[in-house]
Amino acid sequence: MASIANYEMVIGLEVHVELKTATKLFCNCPTTFGAEPNTQCCPVCLGMPGTLPVLNEQAVNYAIMAGLATNCQITHFSIEDRKNYFYPDLPKAYQISQLDLPLCHDGYIDIETEKGDAKRIGINRIHIEEDAGKLIHEDSKGTFIDCNRGGVPLIEIVSEPDIRSAEEANAYLQKLRAIILYTGVSDCKMNEGSMRCDVNLSVRKKGETSLGTRTEMKNLNSFQFIMKAIEYEFKRQVESVEAGEAIVQETRRFDQQSGKTFSMRTKGDADDYRYFPDPDLAPIRISEERLRDLSSKIPVLPDQRKQEYVKQYEMTPYAAEQITMQKEISDYFEAVVENTNYPVLAANLIQTEVMRLLTQDEVDIPISAANFAGLVQMTGDGKINSSTSKKVLNMLWEKDQNPVELVRKEGLEQINDKDELIEIARQVVTEQPKLTADYRKGKTAVLQALVGQVMKKTSGRANPVIIKEAMVEILEETEEQA
Amino acid sequence: MSIDDKKISKAENVAGKTNVRSTEPITEMTVSQLSRLLQARSITSVEVVDAYLKEISLKEPDVHSYITITAELARKQAEKVDKLRAAGQQLPALAGIPAGIKDNICTAGIPTTCASKMLEGFVPPYNATVMEKLAAQHVIIVGKTNMDEFAMGSTTENSYFKKTRNPLDLDRVPGGSSGGSSAAVAANEAAFTLGTDTGGSIRQPASFCGLVGMKPTYGTVSRYGLVAFASSLDQIGPLTKDVRDSALVLNALIGQDSLDSTSVAHPDSDFTSDIEGGVNGLRIALPKEYLSGGLSDDVREAVLNATKHYEKLGAHVEEVSLPNLKYALPAYCVISSAEASSNLARFDGVKYGYCAQDYEDIDQLYKKTRSEGFGREVKRRIMLGNFVLSADNYDAYYKKAMQVRTLIIKDLNTIFDRFDLIISPVSPTTAYKLRDKVGTPLEPYQDNLYTVPANIAGIPSLSIPCGKDSQGMPIGMQLAGKAFSEATLYRAAYAYEQSMKGGK
Repeated sequence: MASIANYEMVIGLEVHVELKTATKLFCNCPTTFGAEPNTQCCPVCLGMPGTLPVLNEQAVNYAIMAGLATNCQITHFSIEDRKNYFYPDLPKAYQISQLDLPLCHDGYIDIETEKGDAKRIGINRIHIEEDAGKLIHEDSKGTFIDCNRGGVPLIEIVSEPDIRSAEEANAYLQKLRAIILYTGVSDCKMNEGSMRCDVNLSVRKKGETSLGTRTEMKNLNSFQFIMKAIEYEFKRQVESVEAGEAIVQETRRFDQQSGKTFSMRTKGDADDYRYFPDPDLAPIRISEERLRDLSSKIPVLPDQRKQEYVKQYEMTPYAAEQITMQKEISDYFEAVVENTNYPVLAANLIQTEVMRLLTQDEVDIPISAANFAGLVQMTGDGKINSSTSKKVLNMLWEKDQNPVELVRKEGLEQINDKDELIEIARQVVTEQPKLTADYRKGKTAVLQALVGQVMKKTSGRANPVIIKEAMVEILEETEEQA
Repeated sequence: MSIDDKKISKAENVAGKTNVRSTEPITEMTVSQLSRLLQARSITSVEVVDAYLKEISLKEPDVHSYITITAELARKQAEKVDKLRAAGQQLPALAGIPAGIKDNICTAGIPTTCASKMLEGFVPPYNATVMEKLAAQHVIIVGKTNMDEFAMGSTTENSYFKKTRNPLDLDRVPGGSSGGSSAAVAANEAAFTLGTDTGGSIRQPASFCGLVGMKPTYGTVSRYGLVAFASSLDQIGPLTKDVRDSALVLNALIGQDSLDSTSVAHPDSDFTSDIEGGVNGLRIALPKEYLSGGLSDDVREAVLNATKHYEKLGAHVEEVSLPNLKYALPAYCVISSAEASSNLARFDGVKYGYCAQDYEDIDQLYKKTRSEGFGREVKRRIMLGNFVLSADNYDAYYKKAMQVRTLIIKDLNTIFDRFDLIISPVSPTTAYKLRDKVGTPLEPYQDNLYTVPANIAGIPSLSIPCGKDSQGMPIGMQLAGKAFSEATLYRAAYAYEQSMKGGK
């Protein structure tokens, strides 16, 4: 395995996002998630003989907004094509998609990994297409078809093969999701399948420029699994190449239990989709006026906010990226900083405690921005220390209330009176002869333990900076005396 | 046709002037005659429907126009029309008139089979838009007419259920694919019928049976509910006894439809208003390519006579050349098969229609269902379509055919810069004997040689009788004009029809 360091992975991602339109792409059926099977379908989305598709213009608008938000060019004359294949969840036996003239093309998004690496990932295209139905396999009874999802509008966002690590893939997906959530065209819920990802991965020796044979991993339904699948598949391909085996171009399935990928089917002659322009649908023509109108609907995007935060509040780019990732969080942050002089402190609290308290995909913070700002202000002013600050935040999370009154009522104010703290420090020194002796022998690291003892005696309310000063003074004083 | 015409004009006089019940058999009357009598309440719709149902029971054992006969429903609809009229309601022109509908047009609650085993017993829960339009007119539906399976063929011999005979000579075919629709009108089993035309499927059977058949401008009649053969070519249109009837029925069919993205509004709303305008000064082009090849002498002579007749009526006729026309038929074969292969893929045995017994997996279910459910011609075209769309062949066939399509449209537009109409034969021959063309898969396409350009270009084109051959079988001529020029076509066709009537 020493040689894995000589290889790099080349990744391109195909992300499917369900658009948040009220009705399906080619008929008026509702798109609500979780309805009883086959209660949201009609002759059109069931592909009954003689029925015809009529394009949902709102879906086109949403797709264009996603394109504009990811710096894409918008195609003024775009075509819908039929992708022909047989599968029971596809009632017409073709999916209406786009091949040669997608709605959006040649865009990019900028990402920032945890290590602080900034990178631009190209977007090859965004096209519009209809979703298929769902097959439900029941061991004893056979396979059932639920056509509710059939015809729900999707966009497929195809990246350039610019991604070189699982972290980058993750950062790209998080950023893409953030941008789309900001535009409001999808709710991007991976657990409900409104955001899905296929990973195309190949390997090559570092320094090489040609692409290796790639495999495709389909329908990975969490960011965590995507990263795991990438790591596994990279290793598997490098091992195969090292062993002198050829990589087979194929579709692979990621098994969540074992964390491994398995071959599903090889791409061969079977995959000729016989694409051709759908004669039932006129070309999509986008006027300049419509484009202008849609451009005006794009809100301030995470990157813009991020830059503002870095500049205005002197936050690190990574911290700013984290805060801006979810629009609701970012909005919350902006409401908080209006009422406090400590934006960085607010950002830290949100990033650590708030993010910890929010479960996955949740964005509703049960504390009013004013109360949260009050908490931040008290912390910044030194009226409470940082551990109390966290404690109060948790209390507010349980019951939103005025933090100033709460701190007063609970007696949680920070003890900043040096004389009072010196008094307590003296007690600790007397009670802890061993630690004191260790310190005197030069083990200055025990200072922290002595400070901890003072904290304990003050129920965590002491100002840690002042205790430290006091403690050092006392220890040196007693040393001199000794 | 001269005898029929005389009867009609006599009946028109009687009905029009006196509103007295004609002695003319009801089923021999035109739609306009029936309409007048019904509106004057000289006859009831129930009487009309009963007369047709009687005719159907007499003729069907020989002619086989229908796959489904909806006698009970027809009588009920007729009673309703009579009741409304008795209550003093003014109903539209077509109210109470019996019609046959080609069996690839979806009719809610009535089987719609496309003459295929694949859709035997399929009852759509929805109406085609044209059926909604006819229902709004209170048209009576007497049945669903036979056709070539999925509209693929030009003899109606490719029906899974039965072979329709030409009522003018039972040994001959009625044409196709709307052969049940042409036979039904010719045999007086319906006052008019709806057919569909992808490459000539209204015009050729109309010409084989001595009728007027109209393929309107692409998009002017909604395709919603028409089971698609080739979506970019298919159009619904009427088959009628005369030109005025055709215009009357088309009035009821046109209209932009929110359910069909390819539908467009027609600038005209009444094709009868200017029908008597004559042809004086009309510029008619006669493409020489249409008069060569396998054209029979009788047909050539009849069409040339018609052009001379038009000159006498004051039109200007000039021979022109359309060099790219010879590529129209091959382009049509490629495009129509390609679209059909995709349109017909949905018939897989999973959701509706025929489903094979005994299968082990999903692939076998597909293969057995489609092998057993489709007839030979349909399978041949599906295979051809998949071939021309496959990645290796797409550029050489499908793409090339689409380029040819553009060239043909350009050629025709050049002609229409200088001319109002193009005149030509409908078909190289008159109706031939059954089974004459079985066993040569390409030969039936030849019947569409003159008709496919109108589908390729999306322009209106109608077929009108212009004489008989040595066997006494009717010959049809074709008039085609630029998009939305239906009114001009009707005006020219009506002028010819009337003048021929007067001449005899």
